[in-house]
Order: sequence, then structure tokens, then C-alpha cells
Amino acid sequence: MSSRDDILASIRANRPKLERPLPSVPLFDADRPASLLAAFQESLERMGGVFLDPPPTGDMLAPVRARIANAKVVCSTVPEISGNRDLAGVRAPQDLADVDFAIVRAAFAVAETGSVLLGERGLGINALAYLAQHLIVLVDPADIVVNLHNAYQRPEFRSDHYCAFHTGPSATADIEGVLIHGAQGVRSLSVLPLPRAPAPH
Amino acid sequence: MSDPDMLHPELRAPDDSDSITRQGRRLDHAEATSKPLRSRPEPQPRGAKIHGNRPIDQAEAAARFLAAPEHEKMHDERLWDLRQKRDREMHGIPEWEELRSLASAIKEHTLTHLDEYLDQFEANARRNGVHVHWARDAAEHNRIVHGILKDHGAKTLVKSKSMLTEECGFRPYMASVGIEVIETDLGERIQQLDNEDPSHIVVPAVHKLRTDVAEVFSKTIGTDPDNSDVHYLAEAQRESNRPLILAADAGMTGCNFAVAETGGVVVCTNEGNADLSANVPKLHIASIGIEKIIPRLEHLAVFVRLLSRSALGSPITQYTSHFRGPRQGSEMHFVLVDNGRSERLGLDEFWTSLKCIRCGACMNTCPVYRRSGGLSYGATYSGPIGLIIDPTFNARKYSNLPFASTLNGSCSNVCPVKINIHEQIYAWRRELVKQHEVPFVKKAAMKAAGELLSRPAAYRAAIAATNLALGHLPRFVLYNGLNAWGKGRENPRPPRQSFHSWHLANRGDKA
Repeated sequence: MSSRDDILASIRANRPKLERPLPSVPLFDADRPASLLAAFQESLERMGGVFLDPPPTGDMLAPVRARIANAKVVCSTVPEISGNRDLAGVRAPQDLADVDFAIVRAAFAVAETGSVLLGERGLGINALAYLAQHLIVLVDPADIVVNLHNAYQRPEFRSDHYCAFHTGPSATADIEGVLIHGAQGVRSLSVLPLPRAPAPH
Repeated sequence: MSDPDMLHPELRAPDDSDSITRQGRRLDHAEATSKPLRSRPEPQPRGAKIHGNRPIDQAEAAARFLAAPEHEKMHDERLWDLRQKRDREMHGIPEWEELRSLASAIKEHTLTHLDEYLDQFEANARRNGVHVHWARDAAEHNRIVHGILKDHGAKTLVKSKSMLTEECGFRPYMASVGIEVIETDLGERIQQLDNEDPSHIVVPAVHKLRTDVAEVFSKTIGTDPDNSDVHYLAEAQRESNRPLILAADAGMTGCNFAVAETGGVVVCTNEGNADLSANVPKLHIASIGIEKIIPRLEHLAVFVRLLSRSALGSPITQYTSHFRGPRQGSEMHFVLVDNGRSERLGLDEFWTSLKCIRCGACMNTCPVYRRSGGLSYGATYSGPIGLIIDPTFNARKYSNLPFASTLNGSCSNVCPVKINIHEQIYAWRRELVKQHEVPFVKKAAMKAAGELLSRPAAYRAAIAATNLALGHLPRFVLYNGLNAWGKGRENPRPPRQSFHSWHLANRGDKA
């Protein structure tokens, strides 16, 4: 017998013969915060993220430009701002090891936890979001869902081969509980609320 | 500055220069402490002595841990802090108890239909282009992974933390066949470089002081032995690991949840090291315990909401990563591992231990674990969950472990999937008495505990009395020879209110 058949046979022989119906899970979203964006900001900052306030008028991307002003290598996958490292010319993830700032757009965000979902389509190369020293994420305020129950209704988890919630930067406190940002991945994660550009016709 | 919520106020750091603040608020996400702590250097006590198959003497190793007060106090304080952070999160979620009930029900349903969901998971994973393998036991798991690596000519492997690979003795096996394995989680890397097992399933080096880490790193990655600044040590590890990640031939992760409906696996880390391990090399292998299956994405939401809050008192891990198929030009392999799980499913009293999501909340709250250190258990799984899992691997070697408990029930109360841990600990004692000689004192204590456990109301009354008593009774009452656990150990300060009485007072109307 193959290991597969062995294991399944052993499960069938041993599994408790008990009635255990599968519960369906409510969305727990009756109490919504007045502002999803404000709730998202609060959660993001608790988790070590930086919320970039766009100016009321003028260049919405000014806070992003200020952040990358002194960076050597900037890799952007969003049309709103350009970097100086074109992903089209990158052959392997390892080629991204010298990126200082990556700028990407989140598929959506979660107010409950301050998370942004980054998937293979927004990243181009998945490793970009981890090898870069710093990450800047654009989020359309219309793309914020209230909690994780609503988040898992989204199509990305069924369509993407890879997607991940990022909630603040790479962090650890494995040594004496002292908080470190930039454990192995990005040292900072900043989020700029910015509506998506209308799709070209 | 004294803090009423601290067990050991003398550990409070005089300043908070290590901390990170945001909008004037001190951050304590991930496994960070909610207040600054500072230890004084002290030689690190080591774990249980292993003599082949002979029963582990947990009490002996625990006594050595207690004899190192800086280690013992820091360990106690940090884990109790995680427990308090967990409570804070729990109070912020009105549906917390409903989530726990849902999590338990989802797991029990899945485990009683495990063959069907594994079948569905496998079919969907294959459809997504993933290679799926099945391993009956640890040896087969290691052989399969070695085979995949050989097929790719891979010599180096970067991996994220996985209790399953610890269970399988994966690193020693890979060393024996000439594959270099590099752990990418800071805590796990510290333990690997120190040739020591992880002492906790979520914070592997929680038993070490910063000076212990400085010593390990100075000998292995060339840091200054006199510099134990935590930011310096963490940065040195990041810088030493990065080139190894970039050069690795293959990457490996564990799996927190495997979703049958999508055929994908979910991995939760704070460091993003699973994402580096899986997304940089051309080959990703995920080792999956067969009990990790859940039916659908809607169920995943319940577990993601509970996991990090229970483990660390942080709303979510920094990264929650969903791997459903290989990226272009790379390969993805899933290894489904049984290693005793299907047999455990047939144990009437113990099968629900398979609901465990490895959050470590039971360890953080356990007075015995906090005072004796995870390495004193001499087993892959330590703390309360270890007491009920380890004997299924080796009843003789781990026969003493179920006695390393006060049966205070706190573990069951914090368990996010409602495993009746303390009752299973007691049931294991009974089981092991049947199978082995158990010393008289332990038997006498068991008899009394057994009578209490069989009557829930009396048990709760006894816990209420014990919690009051722990604060006020003279030492000789707690540390007499008949209290098998109190021997050689100091009892912790009891919580002001037991969970059950809190629940009745606060949520009784909803129960």
C-alpha cells in the first residue's frame, strides 16, 4: 500500500464516529467603525506601520517622494510614481537584493488589523516585498474592509498563487522581548491612502 | 518604579531606550514586552538530561532553572506579560468566546472527516500545480524532502520555523546527508547556532538572556562578545543570514493552516522569513501535519483572528502568507505528514489534542512552565500541550511529564480551540499509572485530584480557594512533601480572579 493509502486507511479506522456538524461563520461586522480609514490607521500604527497623510491639495504623492528622496535604488510597480529599477529587466529575485524602497499597491486593506494584502499581481516578483529595505504601499480608501471575515470573502485567495497580509514591517522580539523592526524583511512599511487611477479606455 | 502587574518588579528597566514609539505610544506588537525589562548576566542553565529512552527527569532540570534566578524571573515575567497582552486582546473582541467555540467546532468537524478533507486538499493542490507527497512518519518525511532536494541538486536549504520539522529530527538528518540547513527566524537561528532545541513553540529562545545570545553570536557569527545590545545582535543576525538566503538552493516552510477548498497553505510569521524562504529560491517545500487541514476560507478567518492574539497578545502576525501554487519558473512541494496523528485520532480521551493550533497560550499561562523553562521537558513539545502530546510519541520516555502540572486549569481556559488540556493531563496520569510504576506521592496526589476533577462544581470551588490561598498560606503548606509539584518550586502569584468566575461575572448572561 502507498503511504497515502496507509494514512487514509488509518484515519478511517481511527476517526471518532461522532456527529460534529460544520458551523458556518458569521461576518461579525454589525458594529462598524464610523471611518474605516481612521480605524485602519489606528491598527496600522499599533502594528508598527507608518501612515502617510496626503496633503489636502496639490501633489498627493508628496509624502512618498519625501521618503524616497535620498534612496539609491527605488523599484515601483505602480503607475503613479516611477523608480529607477525596472522589474521587466529583473531576471531573478536575488537581483532585488539592493533595492532600498519598493512601492506597490495593495489589493485591499483590513481595518481590524491594519493589514494590507499584497499579491503576486501587485508585486510582480514576490520577493520584492521582502528583500527591499523599505516598503511603501498605496491603498485605495474604497478598498478597506472592516475585518478578517470580510477579507476572506475577497477573490484574491482563490485566484492568486501567492498573496500575503502585511501588517507593519518585519518584526521580532525574540531577544528579551525587545521590539526590533527589520528582523529579516523590510525595516519599515508605510501606507499612503490614494484612490486607484481610473482604468484607461 | 514599581508596577502592580509585574511578577518581578525588580526586572523593570530604569529607562526605555530600546523601545519604538509611534504617535507617542510605546509599541508592543509581535512578541514585544508591554514594559521595558532588563536582566543581569548569569550563566545559562541547560535543559533536561537525555539518556536514550529513560524517563525524562523534568523536575531535576526545572530545579537547575530555578537555581538561575535571572533566567527564571525573566522567563516568568516575559511569558506572564504575553498572557496579560492576550487578555487585553480578548477584552477587545466582543465575540471572543464565540470565536473559540467556532474554532473548536470547526476543528472537531474536520478531524472527524479528516480523510475527506485531505483528499479534497490534495486534489486542489495538484490542480494548482503543486507536487503532493505523503509521509507515514518522521523518517519518511525526511527521506522525501531529501529526495526532492537531490532531484534539484540542492545543497543548501533556508527554512522558517516549523514544530513538525523539529518533531521529525529534520536538521540532524539533513546534516547526516550533507545538506546545509539554515534557520531564518531569529529565535530559531539562535537555538540552531547554540545546538539547542527551541524551548517554546512560538518564542524559541525565550529562556535566554541577551547576554546568552551575545555569547552564542560572538562564537558563531563573529559579534563583539561584550556587546549585548539587542538591536545590535538582531542586526548582526539579519546581516549574516541575508547572503545565505540569497544563495540558497531551496526554501522550506511549515504550515499553520491548510485550506481544503483552495488547496493552499497559510504560514504566519512576524519576521517575514517564511516569505523570504519560499519566494527567493526556485524550490519551495512545505511540511504539513495532517491535522492542519481546515475546510474553507471562511473558517480560516476564525483561526487567524485567534492565533496571534492568543499566542502573543498581538492582533495578527506581521505576515500571514497564503501559498496556493508555484510562481512562474519555480516548483512547490507539499509533504503531508502523519507521524502518529492518525493513531492519536483513535484515542477516546486524547483525540481532541489534535485541535491544537500551536499558539503557545497554554505555555505562557502555565505556572510550572514559566518557572521551569521549556527545555526542562526534554521533548519537542513542552508546557501543558506537550504533557498531553509527548506521551503519544513515547509513553516511557515522557512518563513523568504529565506530573509537571498543578491541574489549575488555566491552560484549558486560554486555549483558543478549547482543548480540555488539564483534564487530559490528569487522564494521562491515570493511563501512565496503568502502564508504568508511578511513585507513591504522585499516586496519592492523583487520587485527590481525580475526585475533584470528576465534580466540576467542586473543582471550581477548589480553584477559587486555591487562588486565594496561594497568596496567603504560609510556605510550608504549599511546599510540603505531598504537593508533588510544589516540591523544588515556588508557586506563582495567583490571578486575582479565575477565568471561570470572571466569565460568570462578565459574560454570564451570554453563556
